Amino acid sequence: MSATRVPPPLSPRARWTVRSIGAAAAVGMALTVWLGLWVTPPDQVQGNLVRLVYIHPGVAWVALYLAFGLAAVASLLYLWPRTRSLFWDRLAAAAVEVGVVFNVCTLVSGSIWGRPTWGVYWAWDARLTLTAILLVLFLGYIALRRLPADPEKRAKRSAFVCLFAAVDIPIDHFSVLWWRTLHQGATVLNPDLSPTIHGSMAWTLLISFLSLTLVFVWMLLVRYRIGVLEDWLGSGELDVALRQRQAEGSSAGTADGATGTDALGTGPREPVPSLVPTPSSPDPAGVVAAGHPAVPERAR
Amino acid sequence: MWRDTLLVAGKDLRIEARSRVALSQVVPFGVVALVLFAFALGPDRTRMAAGAPGLFWLAVLFCAVLAVQRSVAVESVDGARDGLRLSGLDPAGLFLGKASAIAAQLIVLEVVLGVGVVLLYGARITTPWLIVASCLLGTLGLAATGTLYGALSAGLRVRETLLPFLLLPIAAPVLLAGTRIWQAGMAGGTAADGSQWLRLLVVFDAVYLALGVVVYGPIQESA
Amino acid sequence: MAPPDPSPPAVFLRHAVALSGRFPLLTGVDLTVARGETVLIEGPNGAGKTSLLRVCAGLVPLSSGRVAVFGLDPVRQSNGVRRRIGLLSHASHLYDDLSVRENIRFAVRAAGGEVARIEDACARLGLTGRLAKTTAAKLSAGQRRRVALAVLVARWPELWLLDEPHAGLDASARSVLNSLVADAAASGASVVIASHEPEFVGSLATRAVTVTGGRVTAERRIAAAPAEPRDQPPAALVARADGVPGGRVAHVA
Repeated sequence: MSATRVPPPLSPRARWTVRSIGAAAAVGMALTVWLGLWVTPPDQVQGNLVRLVYIHPGVAWVALYLAFGLAAVASLLYLWPRTRSLFWDRLAAAAVEVGVVFNVCTLVSGSIWGRPTWGVYWAWDARLTLTAILLVLFLGYIALRRLPADPEKRAKRSAFVCLFAAVDIPIDHFSVLWWRTLHQGATVLNPDLSPTIHGSMAWTLLISFLSLTLVFVWMLLVRYRIGVLEDWLGSGELDVALRQRQAEGSSAGTADGATGTDALGTGPREPVPSLVPTPSSPDPAGVVAAGHPAVPERAR
Repeated sequence: MWRDTLLVAGKDLRIEARSRVALSQVVPFGVVALVLFAFALGPDRTRMAAGAPGLFWLAVLFCAVLAVQRSVAVESVDGARDGLRLSGLDPAGLFLGKASAIAAQLIVLEVVLGVGVVLLYGARITTPWLIVASCLLGTLGLAATGTLYGALSAGLRVRETLLPFLLLPIAAPVLLAGTRIWQAGMAGGTAADGSQWLRLLVVFDAVYLALGVVVYGPIQESA
Repeated sequence: MAPPDPSPPAVFLRHAVALSGRFPLLTGVDLTVARGETVLIEGPNGAGKTSLLRVCAGLVPLSSGRVAVFGLDPVRQSNGVRRRIGLLSHASHLYDDLSVRENIRFAVRAAGGEVARIEDACARLGLTGRLAKTTAAKLSAGQRRRVALAVLVARWPELWLLDEPHAGLDASARSVLNSLVADAAASGASVVIASHEPEFVGSLATRAVTVTGGRVTAERRIAAAPAEPRDQPPAALVARADGVPGGRVAHVA
């Protein structure tokens, strides 16, 4: 009976949207690569290395601001009672996971850029340090989400962690900035990675930002969809579990009918009612129809 | 709320007075950490004196994690956490009470470690009020964030490994600020360098204390 | 027919479904406990009796259905309701490093109870003298249960939720417990007892509800029978429990 359940389908419009965003992202990235590697000129000072400017600031923007900002806002919306819905929780989780990917890309691209420029793979400049702290905070969020828990508890916990981390980021930003600039020792390395940008380089930079944003959005949507499917799978198990639990009641009732209720021997005993779910019992079908793992009353 | 704060803080401190866990385990751990840092940094006294502020705060941070773990563990036995929820205690009071108890233990720890740092690393303090202020403010921040994350991870079986991973990055500004203020307060620093960082600590404390007072209730319910 | 009760019932559950992760604790409970009523919840192990009490206490939120204690949601409106409920659960909520007296003091003060009643409560449950100063870690299970009971007695809430209260108690403690429950009912408090050994409950309850598989599957009235010789309550109490048809006490103390 439950074997024929089908996951909630993606509406044709949604499917088209995701596909077209994916296509646009692919086109944008291809354009960026072509422009970045062939069309734009190398820098006077940094030579061909400057082509990393079409990746590094772009992924940094996505990771630090877009992904994390989205996750923070979504977490806040989940926690706010009036807008509470597992949709925000799933969105935040997807944003964080994709954000981690972009964060790692930021650190790696920054590292690759740094080695020839500064001579070291890593330097404790303000931005790199902040990015590293952000990565660790993101990873903590993911670690917390991996623990098995019921969806609402997990959502609440994750949302709080995201909120605390979001609040910490501005404080970290200033701390690290002052740490670099107010430190008594002289800073030997010039942390400034941005070359002067003009002409075709400026256009390519803009295109790279747009393309990377599109890549982020596409990955976000795909990851979100995976989250929906995971939760749907879980709710199916819940359905089965509910029925099994109710059934366990009846078999225990008839088999152990004598346990514990005979001793008093007072008053008439009412027969155990039939097992067919009566209208008064909750309708598990409601859970299936809604296609949401949560609580029919609170589902969106 | 304040009545509940005093009640809970009193209870936690009374438990500590009876069991003496902080005194007999956490403080010695801090001292051991200082000794190990000395082994790691080598016998050069000037290098150790220069690194003293950072090492002090590192040791405090690690001990703070232990203190928070202990504070959470106390409530995990015999369903005491459920008991606190059932009693209808004001969650804000509960938060402040537990944070105060942790803060009190940390202050004692910092006094001991401070003396240890002066003795073991040859650090010399020139502006005591900066040192004291940084310790007080830093402790408040660690206690507030610790209590919050302790509550978040309270019901989890993997709390012991997860809590440090979650708490330490958040506490990074305290480490940064504390270290800088101590450097300002030791040989060669000026008060001006330190006061900017003190302001950062004040903001950090205010933010997390306010957050804790507001969200501790919902966190409790979801544990 | 009794006149309609204008104030909300002590406990009201309709189609209550509660989950723990993916595991269903309650699968649709319908239950109403009127004020001043004493109800026995019976059922086999794992039936959901403990979960039912925890839902009433506001420790477990419902994933669907309705719950109201004195008309308020015990989870969402816990402020108005928690201090009117007393839960005696399997765990005793004691701090191992504190003494019995200190534990009771903390629990009662935390719940907003009166400190003056602690002495009487301790005396009634035999927690005096050296026992009062013993650290909780050294207590036996039955003694821990008695300490938790003392907290309940000192607080004397309007709704008593007792989860297998007789487990681990010796015969004298059991009779003290029964007299306490009778007193509570006589004072107008509502009592819900979950037990899979209803023979100990005797005639304390006026109604027995069977819970299996996470929902209510049977219900019956218990006539106020004369006390069994085994569980003879103190003579002073017999006059109160007897002669009240249906066992429902209408007046509120």
